[in-house]
Amino acid sequence: MDLATKDLLRLATIGSVDDGKSTLIGRLLVDTRQLFDDQLDAVAAASERRGFGDFDLSFVTDGLRAEREQGITIDVAYRYATTPTRKFIIADCPGHVQYTGNMATGASTADLALVVLDVASSLKEQTRRHLCIAALLGVRSIIVAVNKMDTVEWSELAFARVTDQIEVLSRELGFTSTIMVPVSALYGDNVVEGSSNISWYHGPTVLEALEASESGSWETAQGARLPIQWVLRQPGGGRTYAGIVSGEAFHVGDRVTLLPANVETSIAAINFGGEARLEAAVGVAADLDLADETDAGRGDLIATPPLPTVTRDLEATICWFGEQPLSVNGHRLRLKHTTRSTPVRVRRIGGLVVIASLTVVPADSLSTNEIGLVSLQTADPLVVDDYREDRVTGSFVLIDEVTNATVAAGMVGHASFL
Amino acid sequence: MTTTLTTPRATDHLDVLESHALFILREVAAECERPVLLFSGGKDSTVLLHLAAKAFAPQPLPFPVLHIDTGQNFAEVLGFRDRTVSALGARLIVAKVQDTINAGRVVDPGPLGSRNRLQTVTLLDAINEHRFDAAFGGARRDEDKARAKERILSFRDAFGQWDPRRQRPELWQLYQGRVNPGEHVRAFPLSDWTELDVWQYIGREKLELPSIYFAHEREVVSRDGMWLAVGEFVEPASHEEVVRRSVRFRTVGDANCTGAVLSQASTIEAIIEEVAVANVSERGATRGDDKFSETAMEDRKREGYF
Repeated sequence: MDLATKDLLRLATIGSVDDGKSTLIGRLLVDTRQLFDDQLDAVAAASERRGFGDFDLSFVTDGLRAEREQGITIDVAYRYATTPTRKFIIADCPGHVQYTGNMATGASTADLALVVLDVASSLKEQTRRHLCIAALLGVRSIIVAVNKMDTVEWSELAFARVTDQIEVLSRELGFTSTIMVPVSALYGDNVVEGSSNISWYHGPTVLEALEASESGSWETAQGARLPIQWVLRQPGGGRTYAGIVSGEAFHVGDRVTLLPANVETSIAAINFGGEARLEAAVGVAADLDLADETDAGRGDLIATPPLPTVTRDLEATICWFGEQPLSVNGHRLRLKHTTRSTPVRVRRIGGLVVIASLTVVPADSLSTNEIGLVSLQTADPLVVDDYREDRVTGSFVLIDEVTNATVAAGMVGHASFL
Repeated sequence: MTTTLTTPRATDHLDVLESHALFILREVAAECERPVLLFSGGKDSTVLLHLAAKAFAPQPLPFPVLHIDTGQNFAEVLGFRDRTVSALGARLIVAKVQDTINAGRVVDPGPLGSRNRLQTVTLLDAINEHRFDAAFGGARRDEDKARAKERILSFRDAFGQWDPRRQRPELWQLYQGRVNPGEHVRAFPLSDWTELDVWQYIGREKLELPSIYFAHEREVVSRDGMWLAVGEFVEPASHEEVVRRSVRFRTVGDANCTGAVLSQASTIEAIIEEVAVANVSERGATRGDDKFSETAMEDRKREGYF
């Protein structure tokens, strides 16, 4: 096997509390032999000390003292797994509603969501909320592990009852790939190994589904983007503009526009870590040398057509994490978008998303962990794309000017299901 | 587990990790007033320093480098530290645990005691003295279950404490390091790297490391299930047998609590092969400081440890 040709898949586990997310990840890591002997020993010792049996799989990821005491996940745990074809970065997210901000943290960078739910209960509000947030954040593929099959005597009927509900919701939310797997994370059925208890199921195990899923970007972007992070002074007096590329690649000679100034020029050279290159692919932290003299700086954006929009007025979807409700003329807020940050005010709250029905109802405020549509006005102009076209130029966070806390995740535009 | 190797040159996942790290280094340097990079001479902070040089090339580093010197370092590591920093033309600040002891701010654990936990006080004192508002560290999430929970930009209050129950949401790659005076953030550009990634990257970039990372013969004693190097900081007790073994170090900490592993791996390629099939974690194999309790790392991190 060739160590040099692995691709990287980022996934987040989502679902309600106690449906077994951490146990499933523990099972996945143990059965693919990602854990070292001393880590396994430590989990066994901690399980025994707390009277949770010989080996509590959830302790593999629930590493904080409070998490182990309470048997819950408070914050995202990042774990890493390598199979012959892939490197996986796994964000094991908390299920409790009060930790929704932590769940969104894990899901915002995910290519795929691994949904875990309990076969014995109907689709919970919190699972719907997580799926809705994952869809808003742009996750397009989900693998649904229908867990605790051992508690319903491996019943195909019980599995079908849950998967019918998921299929309806998945269609509404616009997921393009939904794979459902009956599993027992506790006993390992259909996680890494197949199952002799579930003879009626002929689909992939969770691991097989993960290995077969598509990685990488889902955006429909056309046009290259580089938000300037830092201006590098070159020997001899020139300047280059450093940032990470999104959308499409840049090439030497490309005609580009510097925004918001709207100055046209072309790319004279591309560097990476001080070495010249002909191309800067998506995700590469390059620096660009522009053919014409400009006064570009941090917060400006270099783009190829079709160009993004320059605006101070945003229609956006946000997930509010602040402890006090968001209202018009409430918090003093700052908005961070790409490498630019600017004061912002809420002009209007356009509605609250009702998770149960996926409808938008009128509202004057958004409470903690609620999702809403808002109209914002910024002090400085922003250079934006719709979030579904470009995750980098379409996303922002809101910061409380008083506490410096990150109080909202924002996406430019509205998801099609709203 | 994979055992076959090819030349460790530009792989997809290493390129992704590298660019992400460069991005984080630039973001924090741009958003914070007075950043500093913590450098111990170990393999992770050596990779971090190399990435920092790349992020700002051809300019010099826009921030200084800080070493917390416990006074119990391997001599090979200190020599390496000085060579590496001066080759980059960076400014090195050394904060000594001995000075913290002399000032009466911590209790001297004696010549054989661990100074690991004392470093936290020296580090926080240095951060206060120089008014640093951001400190880059080479910590990786795969090292420990508490680190697995930490944000890439991790907020510290005016006492340097980490509160794992109240971390800021960290969406996408929108890192926000806004702090009030006296507070700071720790920034971990290598968060998503594993031990194997670090070694593959060292091989690919042909980075120099302290010689003790490679297999060499030395006198060791077996203590608490670890091989400790006999020397200035480890004196064998009368019942302990001193033996010569071919060993190397998987991590570099204090000489009196960092264990060696038996190994013949004297090249990076051989080490990568060894790491790929290892069945004990690097901290489990080699760090006495993490063996005290189930949550040793979480407890130290809460107080402000690296």
